[in-house]
Amino acid sequence: MNAFFAVVARDLRLAFRRKAEVLSGLFFFVVVAALFPLAIGPEAVTLRHIGPGVLWVGALLASMLTLPRLFENDWRDGSLEHLVLSPHPLGLLVLGKILAHWLVSGLPLVALAPLLGLQFDLPSDALGMLALSLLLGTPVLSCIGAIGAALTLGVRGGGVLIALLVLPLFVPVLVFGAGAVEALSSGLGAQAHVSILLAMLLPAVFFSPWACSAALRIALE
Amino acid sequence: MTMRWFYYAAPQTFYGLAGRLWPWLAALALALTLAGLWVGFALAPADAQQGEGYRIIFVHVPVSWMSMVIYLAMAFWAVLGLTFNTRLSGMMTRALAPTGAMFAFLSLWTGALWGKPMWGTWWVWDARLTSELILFFLYLGYIALTSAIDDVRRADRAGALIAIVGAINVPIIYFSVKWWNTLHQGASVSLTRSPSMAQLMLWGMLLMALAMWVYTLAIVCYRVRTLIIERERHTDWVQALPEVAGAKA
Repeated sequence: MNAFFAVVARDLRLAFRRKAEVLSGLFFFVVVAALFPLAIGPEAVTLRHIGPGVLWVGALLASMLTLPRLFENDWRDGSLEHLVLSPHPLGLLVLGKILAHWLVSGLPLVALAPLLGLQFDLPSDALGMLALSLLLGTPVLSCIGAIGAALTLGVRGGGVLIALLVLPLFVPVLVFGAGAVEALSSGLGAQAHVSILLAMLLPAVFFSPWACSAALRIALE
Repeated sequence: MTMRWFYYAAPQTFYGLAGRLWPWLAALALALTLAGLWVGFALAPADAQQGEGYRIIFVHVPVSWMSMVIYLAMAFWAVLGLTFNTRLSGMMTRALAPTGAMFAFLSLWTGALWGKPMWGTWWVWDARLTSELILFFLYLGYIALTSAIDDVRRADRAGALIAIVGAINVPIIYFSVKWWNTLHQGASVSLTRSPSMAQLMLWGMLLMALAMWVYTLAIVCYRVRTLIIERERHTDWVQALPEVAGAKA
């Protein structure tokens, strides 16, 4: 477990030394969320209707944008090979990297989303549900995305390729994440959606590090 | 029997087998297609509700089946390739992918052609349509990943991993989309009708499905031969092949 926390601490420290990279994802989220009302029109009723979906898609794209950096820098300077060669189980170390990545690029989105939700005139209970669904959903995105990041390591046109690989797999998270807010607003109650998001999170956390380590071994072979 | 399976697991021997098989399979596929189309378009009666327009199902249904079966077959070869480390498995997965993508696209296309006269719209966000679309994206992702990696071994193994991850996700995607749709709006159109089909319609569809199966086998044999010859071009047996040696001379 010490190795796990060491990886988390190291990745967090590295992220805070390169603040621009961290902030670019967040800034992207803010800008995208601001573009939709400009394109669709400022009517509060429409905005309230599309708000949860737009914010979810924005958060999804923002967290995907930062994925290539998950393993890229470690791969370039060779520390990834040391992680693979280390006596600690690779899955645990990869889980540490995923957690650090989520803390840096997923959690800020969760915190920011209710603020952006105000621009879409969402009521306060919907804002809370938006934050909760993102809190449960963005770790799944990081877990699935990490597999794509590991597979496309050092591959031509990696960034676009990740999008192509990972976006179809994001569909269930998007459906239930945005659906949770929708269900709450329409008075159906979001408990089922939240349960399913949680049910997706647990296997994702369990299986993703395993698949990632297989992918990293393939990439470094 | 086991000995013979492993015998054909070597690219060199499979090359010969595939070369003997594919012309026969192609001819059989052509014959079955002609028979299926004849039954479907000449013999089968017009549908009581849908008129002549229903006849697209003789293409649409077999094509949709194949698009799903081929993804399963890819996942099967992917598992085999990752566990046994055989070269041929990777080539089989690679050879199946374009055909699967084509079938998925055809399924969407013929579905749209059917939907316009029947539902009055080219596209609805129905669970089946949406998951077929996502299946198409999964095929494209696989093809993009494998063609972006130059190292053949790495491309095969990376592709195998994404094929397996995709195959695990397909049911999750299907059910999530289904639930999403039923939550959003009541299903205005349902694809599930009672299977009270005329005998001839069923025959036409089965013949076409068989034709698509055989076509897939034929095209995969053909494509695997190309892949084998491309990857094994440095070996003596490829250089000694009459088609290779003859082309050089």
